[in-house]
Amino acid sequence: MANVLVVLEQRDGTLKRVALEALAAGRALADHLGGEVHAIALGPPGLSVEAAGAHGADKVFVATDEAVRLYQSGPYAATIAAKAKEAYTAVLLGATALGKDLAPRLAARLVCPLASDATEVAVEGGALVVQRPIFAGKANLRLRVTAAQVVVSLRPNNFRPVEAARAGAVESIAVVDAGGARTTSVKAPEHATVDVAEAAIVVAGGRGLKDAEHFAILDDLAAAFGGQAAVGASRAVVDAGWRAHAEQVGQTGKTVSPNLYIAVGISGAIQHLAGMRTAKVIVAINKDKDAPIFKAADYGIVGDLFEVVPRLTEEVRRIRSA
Amino acid sequence: MKIAVCIKRVPDTEARVKIAANGAAIDESGVKFILNPYDEFAVEEALRLKEKMGGGEVVVVTVGGDVSQETIRTALAMGADRGVLLKVDAMPLDPVPVARALADELRGGGFDLILCGKQAVDDSSHAVGLMVAELLELPAVGAVAKLEIADGKGVAEREIEGGVEVVEFTLPAVVTADKGLNEPRYPALKGIMAAKKKPLDTKPITLAAPGLEFAALAYPPERQAGRIVGEGAEAVPALIEALRTEAKVL
Ligand SMILES: Cc1cc2nc3c(=O)[nH]c(=O)nc-3n(C[C@H](O)[C@H](O)[C@H](O)COP(=O)(O)OP(=O)(O)OC[C@H]3O[C@@H](n4cnc5c(N)ncnc54)[C@H](O)[C@@H]3O)c2cc1C
Ligand SMILES: Nc1ncnc2c1ncn2[C@@H]1O[C@H](COP(=O)(O)O)[C@@H](O)[C@H]1O
Repeated sequence: MANVLVVLEQRDGTLKRVALEALAAGRALADHLGGEVHAIALGPPGLSVEAAGAHGADKVFVATDEAVRLYQSGPYAATIAAKAKEAYTAVLLGATALGKDLAPRLAARLVCPLASDATEVAVEGGALVVQRPIFAGKANLRLRVTAAQVVVSLRPNNFRPVEAARAGAVESIAVVDAGGARTTSVKAPEHATVDVAEAAIVVAGGRGLKDAEHFAILDDLAAAFGGQAAVGASRAVVDAGWRAHAEQVGQTGKTVSPNLYIAVGISGAIQHLAGMRTAKVIVAINKDKDAPIFKAADYGIVGDLFEVVPRLTEEVRRIRSA
Repeated sequence: MKIAVCIKRVPDTEARVKIAANGAAIDESGVKFILNPYDEFAVEEALRLKEKMGGGEVVVVTVGGDVSQETIRTALAMGADRGVLLKVDAMPLDPVPVARALADELRGGGFDLILCGKQAVDDSSHAVGLMVAELLELPAVGAVAKLEIADGKGVAEREIEGGVEVVEFTLPAVVTADKGLNEPRYPALKGIMAAKKKPLDTKPITLAAPGLEFAALAYPPERQAGRIVGEGAEAVPALIEALRTEAKVL
């Protein structure tokens, strides 16, 4: 009993970082409960799960099939629910686009509660306790699990992967064929860059940039960080059609927790803060010294972004080539 | 085409959240409540589909207290045909009982499509619509930003990290709406007047027991007060220095 099942998310046959984050949370939980961590992954033939054993999985169930190269909600839910029915105290997965879609389907199938986008999972007085932000991060709610089983999706970039060598014994299982909607393709964006939700550094621009073309200076700054940075945008910018919705940060956009968030020409509306307040370090560049973004920022520069940003890009390039 | 839309009453996103004196809920005094913004997209999409198909019915359903009648009236003012309030005394902290109540109401209703928001902006569970689909054993696509329906089939697009998934399904189905799906209309005065006369059924229900109970509610930890490192481009070296030596992120 008291085992934990961790759903491992893969992309193109390789485990994603969020899978290792979920394993870390699962390992900590299982150690508290005196149980094992079992992991499960669906993906194309050749899917590599070695990293799971190195990050705390005692056992890994692998269901490979060309039919689940892409995320397919039906087979994913059916295959994982069938495994999870075998008495797991908790089923953990990352709250990514895939995880947010899959978690409620699993909870409904398992007839158990769901705690979404959790930032903490703990054992208190023998009971599982989960913390999750509500009201767009304006409050944190702690919930005690009273059911025998729970599905918990975990906020990405919030749990740190840990090296914990375990057996990681791999067992092949079959993909349970199920109907439902079918994903036929994934359209890649025009510029294949790191996604704003997964980037270690986010350089975000707001209405202060005044024009779509001016985002070139943010693209330059992101490029100076060498592939680990993504450009983000405020809603004002997305609504104006200057940037794609995929880049929007905030309550109606993405929630990001990068190591560094640089807000450029963004006023810091509450709905924007909802999406980035958990960034480790926040830098604000704004010409208005009273802009609310400075209250959320660790470091601020008051000034004209068209002067500050190019200088910053130059300095970043200089230190990175040094 | 018969379409159901699940809607929820939520605090305005601008609202300041104050924890109530009992420490277990938010203080609702002075808080403005609205139709969940994602549910607005869902209602709008339902109305457009009905218009396109040249007929049908759009039914809005909510689980809530008497105050949620106002939310239903908002959707009726936009153009929905009738509303159902599944009346409860208190909302659970677990999305499952709400999904079960909605599924029980919608089962056997002959709906071609059930639309929901991708998430409610209060609890942000991102769950209820997809749970309803599972409980009714219907195909479902979550967080849809583009939808085309024709001849009993649908094609939806949803944003994922670094791309857009294209998903095909057959009706009946459940779709949850993301921003970008459409531009919701504002209820016109005529619509607001008409809404007062549209049918609104209130059915008291008892929710299934939740599997999660309240433990604590707190404000997020305050971020350490930051500082302005300087003004203009001359401040850049000081910023870089702080990021390298203090924050250690570069
Ligand atoms: C339901 C709802 C959901 C929402 N969801 C989101 C969301 O997900 N994400 C989001 O971002 N917003 C969201 N919003 C919108 C939000 O309320 C703000 O309107 C928006 O964030 C403002 O964008 P901004 O900061 O780019 O623009 P503004 O508020 O106009 O700020 C522009 C800033 O640029 C500065 N500036 C101008 N010129 C310069 C210059 N040359 N140099 C330096 N600084 C300069 C100005 O001082 C100002 O502070 C939502 C709103 C609602 C009602
Ligand atoms: N109490 C409710 N009554 C009706 N529909 C709801 C309710 N709660 C959630 N929903 C629907 O489910 C969606 C997702 O909500 P949630 O899972 O709470 O984030 C919402 O956008 C609504 O469409």
